[in-house]
Amino acid sequence: MTTATLETRRPAANTAVPAAHSAERMRRIARRWRYLTNAGAALISVLILVWTLTPIYNIIMVSLEAEGDVSVTHIFPPQPSVESFWVVITEGHWYLEAFWHQFGNSVFLAAMVTLLTLAIGSLTSFSVGRMRIRNGWIITNAALMTYVIPASFLSIPFYLIMNHYGLQNNPWSVIAVLVTFATPYAIFIFQEYGRSIPIELDESARIDGASPLQIYFRIYLPLMAPALVAVGTYALLLAWNEYLYQFLLLSNDQSMTVAVALGKFLNSDVAPWNYMMATAIIYALPPLATYYAFRHRMSGGLTMGGVKG
Amino acid sequence: MTVSAIELRQPPIRRQSLWRYWRGGLQGSEFTWAVAFVVPYIAVFLGFVIYPAFYGLWMGSNPALYVEVFSDPIYLNTVVNTLIFLAFGVNVKLFLALLLSGFFMRPGWWTKALLLVFVLPWAIPALPTFISIHWMLNGEWGLINNFLWIVFGVDGPSWLNSRWFALGSAVFSHVWKWTPFWTVILLAGRMSIPQEIYDAAKVDGATGLKRFLYVTFPLLANLYLVLTLLATIFLLGDFNSVYFVTGGGPANSTHLLATLGVVRDMLELGKPQLGVAVVMSALPLLIPLVIILMRKLRTAEVQL
Repeated sequence: MTTATLETRRPAANTAVPAAHSAERMRRIARRWRYLTNAGAALISVLILVWTLTPIYNIIMVSLEAEGDVSVTHIFPPQPSVESFWVVITEGHWYLEAFWHQFGNSVFLAAMVTLLTLAIGSLTSFSVGRMRIRNGWIITNAALMTYVIPASFLSIPFYLIMNHYGLQNNPWSVIAVLVTFATPYAIFIFQEYGRSIPIELDESARIDGASPLQIYFRIYLPLMAPALVAVGTYALLLAWNEYLYQFLLLSNDQSMTVAVALGKFLNSDVAPWNYMMATAIIYALPPLATYYAFRHRMSGGLTMGGVKG
Repeated sequence: MTVSAIELRQPPIRRQSLWRYWRGGLQGSEFTWAVAFVVPYIAVFLGFVIYPAFYGLWMGSNPALYVEVFSDPIYLNTVVNTLIFLAFGVNVKLFLALLLSGFFMRPGWWTKALLLVFVLPWAIPALPTFISIHWMLNGEWGLINNFLWIVFGVDGPSWLNSRWFALGSAVFSHVWKWTPFWTVILLAGRMSIPQEIYDAAKVDGATGLKRFLYVTFPLLANLYLVLTLLATIFLLGDFNSVYFVTGGGPANSTHLLATLGVVRDMLELGKPQLGVAVVMSALPLLIPLVIILMRKLRTAEVQL
């Protein structure tokens, strides 16, 4: 088809000298090749979409089932209803009676982890990177080591230690461990970003008589704002998404977070799956919104930290 | 500046020199401030990394524990599972990420939009999607078998009741969850390669596959190696993908080290020492990897 239109449009090409003829052929091959790669790209795109969206489609589908209809053999509910979302929001099932309390616990946990990670990380990198404290490399290496040790490997001793001190079901035990695993990443990013801020600013402030604390608050923190946003987003997502430590340490009704409650759902035999999936969607929305809102601030290299947790 | 530093290092009294050495170039109260600023992190590190680590080493220091661990058939299964997980999980996701990062280099709004969708598995918390995959794989009511029945009229296997299907599903879920993350990193790596190099290669006749083999891949090789090491270490400590997708079942046959140590040994059997020993049995593999990786990360051009 395409060759035909080509020939009718440019009849001269066929009758011209051999050089022009072969140029025409080359163009045709190039055009065909482009069609082929475009078709290939379209195929890959479709595969990527199916691959990515199937499990997500499944959550949405199950959450739209009407009550009691979950154990059926169709791939889309015949009468989709948003009733299960309503049940979750109004805590209308005995599984969900503490949903908003758990949600509040998750928010508290994430907020505290974010604040402490930002505070400890920025103070450390100010001292090591800006004030150049002697032997600061020991601290950088300690942070690097913490970053590459899998968090789950320390979970058993940590759990026993917290039990020993009577800190089980205390949110601060989980906050402590999450800050520990989020801070190394914060220190790298702050040090890396801090290199782009001229050290002369600190020095001139020092000559004018500013104390290190004043330099930290008046110069360092305001200039570090973009890095603070990126690391804050990272710490927030880490704390909200983490499961293992919350599962081990926060098990009673008072301290339980949404993540723990979801895991508990899974292990019970009579779990209402549509409510569970609706809870899962509501649980996933805040981190998703945060991620897409601050995606540009967490530039390519910054995504590295998302592995932990 | 450097001159004064040299002079400072050679004062007559040794005590003072040590003290000055520790203070570095900082004067008087500044040194106090600098120390005060690092104290919180040092406290966190000592309290929540060093203390649990040594507590764990002490708990797992009894040799009799390792006799018990190595004579446990479930543990031996777990080692096999871990090796399968490492061989397939790490390599499949990184190789896919390498190819897909090339795909996402294509110009146009469509690729950008697709990338936004593609990162969803990573942007959504692990818990909801793994639970969803667990439900999808249900033999009677799961989406996959429903689909097989409606479209092809065949009964699918009950995925989570056979060890190899269940393990395969867990590896699959892990790859599904983490490929976008590594793709984004490799994409950043590819974008940092200057266009001039490609232009020069084009002049020399390297296009298509040749360009990838002789230009792109050699430039990405170091990053790829570091990512492989990092992915290996993180996968060794993986908990969520097995815990939620298979729950370690059927009959404890699909555990990884972390789930075996925490869930079966500590919570079900009530033997935390055994759990620590299970996790510590990964140290001969973990420690060399950590050392190599720390050297690479410290010296390499790879940006964290």
